[in-house]
Amino acid sequence: MSTDVLLEIKNLQTHFFTLKGVVKAVDGVSFELRRGEVLGIVGESGGGKSVTGFSILRLIEEPGKIVGGEILFKGTDLLKASEQHLQSIRGKEISMVFQDPMTSLNPVFTVGYQLEESLIIHQNLTKEARKQKCIQLLSMVGIPNPEKRLLDYPHQFSGGMRQRVIIAIALASQPDLIIADEPTTALDVTIQAQILKLMKKLSEETRCALILITHDLAVVSELADRVMVMYCGKLVETGDTKDIIHNPAHPYTEGLLRSIPDIEQEKSRLEPIPGIVPNMFELPQGCKFADRCSRCQTICTQEEPPLFEGPKGRKALCFFPLWKDS
Amino acid sequence: MKSIPILQRFFASDFFYHYRRSTTAIVSSLMILFVILVAIAGPFLTPQNPYALSNLFLADAFKPPAWLDGGELRFLLGTDQQGRDILSAIVYGSRVSLFIGIAGVFFAATFGILIGLVAGYIGGKVESIIMRIADIQLSFPSMLIALFLMTTFGRSITNILITLTLIGWVRYARVVRGETLSVRKKEYIEASRVIGYSDLYIMVKQVLPNVLNSVIVLSTIQIGTFILLEATLSFLGLGVPPTRPTLGMLCSEGFSVLYSGLWWVSFFPGLYIVFIVFAINLFGDFLRDQLNPRLK
Amino acid sequence: MENILLVENLIQSFRVGKGLLDELTFQNGRFIRETLRVHAVNGVSFEIPRGTVFSLVGESGCGKSTTARTIIKLLEPKGGRILFQGMDITRFSKKEMLPLRKQMQMIFQDPYASLNPRSRVLDIVREPILFHRLADTKSQATEMAMDLLQKVGIRPEQANRYPHQFSGGQQQRIGIARALSVHPQFVIADEPVSALDVSIQAQILNLMMDLQKEFHFSYLFIAHNLAVVKHISDHVGIMYLGKIVEKGRKQDVFSNPKHPYTIALLNSIPRLEGKNLEHTPPIKGEIPSPLHLPSGCHFHERCPYAMEICNEVYPEERMTAPNHWVSCHLY
Repeated sequence: MSTDVLLEIKNLQTHFFTLKGVVKAVDGVSFELRRGEVLGIVGESGGGKSVTGFSILRLIEEPGKIVGGEILFKGTDLLKASEQHLQSIRGKEISMVFQDPMTSLNPVFTVGYQLEESLIIHQNLTKEARKQKCIQLLSMVGIPNPEKRLLDYPHQFSGGMRQRVIIAIALASQPDLIIADEPTTALDVTIQAQILKLMKKLSEETRCALILITHDLAVVSELADRVMVMYCGKLVETGDTKDIIHNPAHPYTEGLLRSIPDIEQEKSRLEPIPGIVPNMFELPQGCKFADRCSRCQTICTQEEPPLFEGPKGRKALCFFPLWKDS
Repeated sequence: MKSIPILQRFFASDFFYHYRRSTTAIVSSLMILFVILVAIAGPFLTPQNPYALSNLFLADAFKPPAWLDGGELRFLLGTDQQGRDILSAIVYGSRVSLFIGIAGVFFAATFGILIGLVAGYIGGKVESIIMRIADIQLSFPSMLIALFLMTTFGRSITNILITLTLIGWVRYARVVRGETLSVRKKEYIEASRVIGYSDLYIMVKQVLPNVLNSVIVLSTIQIGTFILLEATLSFLGLGVPPTRPTLGMLCSEGFSVLYSGLWWVSFFPGLYIVFIVFAINLFGDFLRDQLNPRLK
Repeated sequence: MENILLVENLIQSFRVGKGLLDELTFQNGRFIRETLRVHAVNGVSFEIPRGTVFSLVGESGCGKSTTARTIIKLLEPKGGRILFQGMDITRFSKKEMLPLRKQMQMIFQDPYASLNPRSRVLDIVREPILFHRLADTKSQATEMAMDLLQKVGIRPEQANRYPHQFSGGQQQRIGIARALSVHPQFVIADEPVSALDVSIQAQILNLMMDLQKEFHFSYLFIAHNLAVVKHISDHVGIMYLGKIVEKGRKQDVFSNPKHPYTIALLNSIPRLEGKNLEHTPPIKGEIPSPLHLPSGCHFHERCPYAMEICNEVYPEERMTAPNHWVSCHLY
């Protein structure tokens, strides 16, 4: 089913060349995404999840640089594509939704203008048709009174409503892929629920693939078909959401799941992952998680583990993965 | 004992890292170092004490710089109408100029920081009144204020310093108030209030250290400004008394003989002013970039 | 059980804008002076039995942080009463508060911003001890501070460093040590883990619970994360637009929520098991502005069970089960 693959990333390496040394923010990450699939990228700060997302559109700014790998989108390598070609893909075939709904919109233009702009660039429509399309988009993302609200400025919208507008803009060009970087982190729980539900509905209706970057495993469980867990720039585990949540193979995933207080069941004590994330300038040899890991053996501190394959297409970057069947 | 880790920390700091990589910073700081060394060691190096009248001989008057016809190696940059060595006069003058610049900044900064801290931390009516006064003062050209004050007070170094303080505090007060306003909202200030520290303690121990960066940046540039301002005042005959001539004063004295072709009498002191102020401004720019990223 | 804190009908509001000019608006041919007020806390009452953890939960803008800051007198209350250990501190002056400062302390949300970047960690923890004269000599204070730092997991050789040399989790540990340096009876924790990574959150929560067991103080815990609140508290109060809509023992509130807002909040949480959102309708609309409070029940515009009376009268607090209070016309 290779035609079904929308995006294939091979051995992506994005490094930041800072004053104090090189940070390997993304270090050899490979994955693929099928059409209409929802992929969750999870990890804590410094894990490299956002940089992975930005790398796909080559939106990495100085001192960062993509130093290796391939990003095959519909078969073309975006890393070799011209800036012009990339520009035609950005916002048209691949859209992005950012974390902060307050700064993602331009405050001096009306929402209608900004929506229309993304239609002008990418679609040949008459003025009237464009307006109709804008209204349709706004009502699709659940904004009441779309006709009237087109004339409003971003500051007249609340945070949740703004994030809806941003999603509408992302959808305007009927993209094949939306990359959403912590789209609900800045929102309140009840609003987050609304937006997540909306995104779920839209991705099912439009068959648009979604890469959901978040630190919240629960958000991923609600939305994603597949999950990728990242730690220190490495993909440490990937597989179907259910399998990973219920039977994590990598000790980091397991530790993350254990450390979250669960609303469903009472825990007398949380089980945090001991220690802290290593300094990105002085990453340990061998497995990056070794010094926090309960299953650590001598080999873990000496050699970097390969990505072992498990059942049902699962993979884990660990010498001693726990494959359990659900 | 303690100085070693501090030095080590300094050499390992981001500041030093950027300093080492900035040609402007290195060149300008070397220029400033030169100026300071000259001011300190100068009197031991200069061929004559230009203000001991017994050293002056009218026979030496109007000598051009050494490389021109009629110049003497003894008077490298020539002499003035009284037979005074220009080079020596510059060295002596720079001492007074630098002193006025630095002392003026010290007083203006102390006064301005105090007012800015109080205005920013206490807020309310106190702040409104202080800041309106500052706004009004800023709407007058500082030269005008200086002229007015100096004509009222009369020429003396003390009066110059008072004038510079009265002109300079405004900028400090504004900068410090702005910074204080943003620091005051930080949670560590709330934490201090929860512990029960007094307002004075919080202002001095918590707020002040966190606004000092901006003060340092401002002060560097202010030293240059004050040296220039003093030079202008002295040039207009309203600055220092003739017994303690500054660089500006030298320019002024040379000006009277400029049309007689004796250009070097005011040219070299003027050139040195440019050199000093240029070095200070260059270094100030570097400091601003490093210490206060918000101003970039 | 004796209460460490009792809050009655607490009210807090702020004026928007600074001067006269901000308040003048030009309408229908004339200037109108309109003083806008943010009604942040509109009559909050609760009590915290000694040695227990009470949590205030709610979404942003519900007034939970303002409530906390008013209780600890960072803000002057506009109305109501605050009784700390039976003492009415509502109108206490700064001077009168001073001896109480060492009994009530606070842990803040942003671990970095809550530490003075120009102070060494040791000083941050030692200064309060010296200030409140809890040690006879400076060296004794140093010893006490080092002890505390060790307890929260900061190694002695790190004590001379500056805050920026620590990770977020460690900074929060230092903030906790500072709060505990004066041996408080009562600690307010304002979203203490929401700025931290998940794996670190658990470490800090465990630390906070361990320290409470060791020193027997009480917590007022401010949070928006219901799972965290459920884990840490004995009692909870659910806040909406400056009012507590439901409060009680955590078992009661979480397993038998009464108020439609509490139910909606619980239904909105994404679950690890997934598919929570699929089956429950999300609550409609958004929180109204605290500038113009809705009439009647603050929640009625979003409430699926709203009745006519909800638009008119704010519901009284009623006890639906022992110690389980709800403000809703349904009960």
